[in-house]
Amino acid sequence: MARIKQRAIELLSDGTVMRVIGWEKGEGNCDWSPALFENAAEMENFVYGDYAGANLSKYCLKFNRQEGKTLVVLKPCDTLSFRQLLHEHRIDREKFYVIGAGCKGMKDEKGGLLKCSACKGKEFEVYDEIIDDEEAQKTTALMDRMAGVIELEKMTAQERFDFWRGELSRCIRCNACRNVCPACSCIKCVFDNPASGVQSKAPVTDFEENMFHIIRAYHVAGRCTDCGECSRVCPQNIPLHLLNRKFIKDMNELYGDYQAGVGENERTPLTSYTKEDAEPGIVYERGNA
Amino acid sequence: MSVSNPNWKPKIVAFCCNWCSYAGADLAGSGRMAYPADVKIIRVPCSCRVNPLFILRAFERGADGVIMCGCHPGDCHYTSGNYFARRRMTMLFSMLDYLGIERGRTRVEWVSAAEGAKFSKTMNEFVKTIYDLGENRKLGDLRCKK
Ligand code: SF4
Ligand code: SF4
Repeated sequence: MARIKQRAIELLSDGTVMRVIGWEKGEGNCDWSPALFENAAEMENFVYGDYAGANLSKYCLKFNRQEGKTLVVLKPCDTLSFRQLLHEHRIDREKFYVIGAGCKGMKDEKGGLLKCSACKGKEFEVYDEIIDDEEAQKTTALMDRMAGVIELEKMTAQERFDFWRGELSRCIRCNACRNVCPACSCIKCVFDNPASGVQSKAPVTDFEENMFHIIRAYHVAGRCTDCGECSRVCPQNIPLHLLNRKFIKDMNELYGDYQAGVGENERTPLTSYTKEDAEPGIVYERGNA
Repeated sequence: MSVSNPNWKPKIVAFCCNWCSYAGADLAGSGRMAYPADVKIIRVPCSCRVNPLFILRAFERGADGVIMCGCHPGDCHYTSGNYFARRRMTMLFSMLDYLGIERGRTRVEWVSAAEGAKFSKTMNEFVKTIYDLGENRKLGDLRCKK
């Protein structure tokens, strides 16, 4: 949208912001990637449109401590991740100028993105100004985002085990899923611990794959907004969203409906409790063994 | 799953809270209430100290079952640690189940310092469950097993 580009150039030129986080074209037609623009000339390469699928909120971490304000362009679902980072005091609101960009659903070379098939709506959780049009307000028919999880839950334990071995054994531990995730934002990640034996390397045993994936999904449980970036970037097409959504589904069922990144409440299901919570044994009474 | 190795004895790790179940284990001992030697106790300051990674790590190093014992809900030495631990373990167990790991390899039990008998009963039961389940193959480092 030309309006976003123009407005960003205005704000850069009048000194309101010192830099812009946006997207630029890649070498092909469909591989737009996150990019930093520091002056009006660089803004020539700025693009926004069908292939701006990347969630830019994670890049805010990098600019939070730098001088001046940073302009960041966020789609409606991206603002949830931004809000979650605010809740966690990882970024300061006054350091960012948020342009909420209307979104008609994003694509890649294979078609519509998986995350857009379960769009969380067109509302902006955080913004300084919104630039969209009528077209971007329309919501499309959505699939049930828990369908994949429910399908797995119906399988027997051995079928589930075989399914996950098939998926997780393809993992090359490139860490892309972790690095792209706005919730997975630790300054020092447990998997970067040299004493862990699993530091940034390809897994040697099937156990390491299990452990990495359980812990990665676990660490973002309650904070994951289900933005779908992990599954989008995985070069091995591992359906990581099925792990995250399992946690979301469980927390919704056991501790009440919750959507990370929405509203003022900073408490997540795993940082709060009630005296009446179910005992852990409950998970063995549900679903298929 | 059948036990392939006839000499197999289960390794069971029990994370016990210092303020309750660890003392409960002591009481079981001084009261001469037996529990199987397969259970290795690791003392933690609170059930809430148990990081999900501890449990996975125990399995990696060859555990066949992991049990966590803490103070009864409402009795936490630090007021609310076990409430957080309860949610945490529920989520972890559910994820293990989702990945197809056998049910019953993980368990949480609340045992107070006065419940020596409960401690011994719980451990006996848990060890029996693990004998029935057999060796942990799905969640282990295969390199460590000959
Ligand atoms: S992005 Fe995919 S291949 Fe890379 S570490 Fe994550 S799951 Fe493994
Ligand atoms: S895997 Fe865990 S420790 Fe590592 S960055 Fe993600 S949340 Fe942090």
